[in-house]
Amino acid sequence: MIGLLEIEDLSVSIGGKRVLKNVNLKVSEGETHALFGPNGCGKTTLLNTIAGIPRYQVDGGRIRFKGEDITDLPMYERAKKGIGIAFQHPPAIRGLKLRDLIKLCNPQADADDLLTEMDLMDFADRDVNRGFSGGEVKRSEMVQLLAQQPDFVMLDEPDSGVDLENIKLIGKAITRITQKDIKPSKRTKSGIIITHFGHILDYMKTDKAHVMIEGTVICSGDPREILDEIKKSGYERCAACLCQI
Amino acid sequence: MPMSDLEDRARKARDKKAALGTDVDLESYEQEASPHSEIEDLDLLPEDVRKAALNVGVSLDTESGGTYVQVDQTPIHVDSNMEGIEFLDIATALKNYDWLKDYWWKLVPVDQDKYTADVAQYPPAGYFIRAKPGAKTVFPLKSCMYLGQSNLNQRVHNIVIAEEGSELHVITGCTTPSHVQRGLHLGVSEFYIKKGAHVSFTMIHNWGKEVEVRPRTKIHIEEGGSLSNNYVCLSPVKTLQTYPTAILDGRGAVASFNSVLYSNQGNIDIGSEVILRAPQTSADSVSRAVSVGGEIIARGRMVGEVPDVKAHLECVGLILSDRGRIYSIPELDGRCGGLDMSHEAAVGKISEEELEYLMARGLSMDQATGVIVRGFLDVEIKGLPESLKQELHKITQLQELHGGA
Repeated sequence: MIGLLEIEDLSVSIGGKRVLKNVNLKVSEGETHALFGPNGCGKTTLLNTIAGIPRYQVDGGRIRFKGEDITDLPMYERAKKGIGIAFQHPPAIRGLKLRDLIKLCNPQADADDLLTEMDLMDFADRDVNRGFSGGEVKRSEMVQLLAQQPDFVMLDEPDSGVDLENIKLIGKAITRITQKDIKPSKRTKSGIIITHFGHILDYMKTDKAHVMIEGTVICSGDPREILDEIKKSGYERCAACLCQI
Repeated sequence: MPMSDLEDRARKARDKKAALGTDVDLESYEQEASPHSEIEDLDLLPEDVRKAALNVGVSLDTESGGTYVQVDQTPIHVDSNMEGIEFLDIATALKNYDWLKDYWWKLVPVDQDKYTADVAQYPPAGYFIRAKPGAKTVFPLKSCMYLGQSNLNQRVHNIVIAEEGSELHVITGCTTPSHVQRGLHLGVSEFYIKKGAHVSFTMIHNWGKEVEVRPRTKIHIEEGGSLSNNYVCLSPVKTLQTYPTAILDGRGAVASFNSVLYSNQGNIDIGSEVILRAPQTSADSVSRAVSVGGEIIARGRMVGEVPDVKAHLECVGLILSDRGRIYSIPELDGRCGGLDMSHEAAVGKISEEELEYLMARGLSMDQATGVIVRGFLDVEIKGLPESLKQELHKITQLQELHGGA
């Protein structure tokens, strides 16, 4: 399968502090991967670096997307090429209505349809994320991604602080964004999801999982198997693997 | 007070510098304006005046409760279409109504400074609006102050009276055509909002780069009365200083000030003051300022004189250039116990996090900046009819704001 996103030996620092060390990762077309790891291990840094946030300094390695080196590409150009992200803690934007932001994501999108789908009609004319609850913020991220229709979507803890009903709704949206609702052979969209407790994985499909410890991907394999192991023994055994690297 | 007393006080204050703002040399401006002929039918209004009015939110084609157009010192058109609402030029009103003397220079002291004194020393021009008891404007009254003569000192004195239980919406646009580079605008406005009356007053300024502006405004609000005062200035001006004061003088009176400022050069010194003089009165003042090079002084002052009043001030500024300056001065003056007064002030740059958020959705840095700035300036204003809200929204969302942002 074509490697839609390929990360080679990526090292990243923030404010002079090295956070990612020689990360290697490949996500093929049509695949969705899960990324596990303890707090502060660098998962969010990896996603934000792929998105192109300027304060994440790439010290080495490269990021290829659809065969093209995008390591130095500005953020918005990456978005235009098909990279989308649902942030863990998105900011509120004063004076920008959610409906208008959907139109900015994609002028052709039917904002009302998408807002209805994500149960956000009452928020259409409210400032983006301003005064939204945890679940509403996550649904607002989803509605934007549904409009944007990225080829590669990054989901940073879309289930944190969200009740069961919202998790179901968000899982459904992710399934649609990552095309898990169509035949595997027809899927072209890919994604990567960070989750701590894996609740969301009951409502969406993942093809592969990775474990990141101290800024390095140390293990990859079957998502369910890895999650079960983490639930059973925490990250202790993963840390043991790290020592062997 | 006899008129001769006013003249006397004005004469004595001729050289009295204002408490705030840079000093304007009145002598450097033309004192006499060339007269203009009156226009009966608005359709015959010169195209440049019509266009200029539109730029300050005063569309003269759409329905309104009345219209006033002043070119230089001449009221060239005034009409009123609503029962219970009087809309006249002030000179006519003074001639018709002897009682108007009781409102003339009663809030703004004639000797406040050299500008008020100067306005008093010349024949009056401006508008007179009175909503009779219980009368309500369905459509806003529109007025346009047009400074078309280069280097002129334009003087205006307006009186607005909202009688008991009335509701009045007024929009005033003040503007100069592009060929007028230099000019001075002095505007005195006195508002009387009586028991249970509501007034929304929206002023949009669009002056030339070398125009100096000194409005002097006072508003008296009685029991249960309310004011929504909105000020928008998004184009360059040489110097502008204004500090309207509202006095909440009856139980339950409410005042709300909103100002939206965008400056790329010059000096803007704008504030508002609310005196909370009666129990259960409340006031809020929101100022949003963006500087891409100019200096903006944003003042706000609340004075709580009695217990059981509530006031909140918000002065927020964005500086988008190394040359810009925003000096935010929120002041709370509580003069007794049992008050609830607060403020928040913040001056800074656009949040990187917000920019990144929008760039992650495919917006370039410039587009993201434009969206954030326009959102910042789009103040949620209460107490305005929908049509005026839309006009204001349009003005603050102008595409030109992208430039320099």
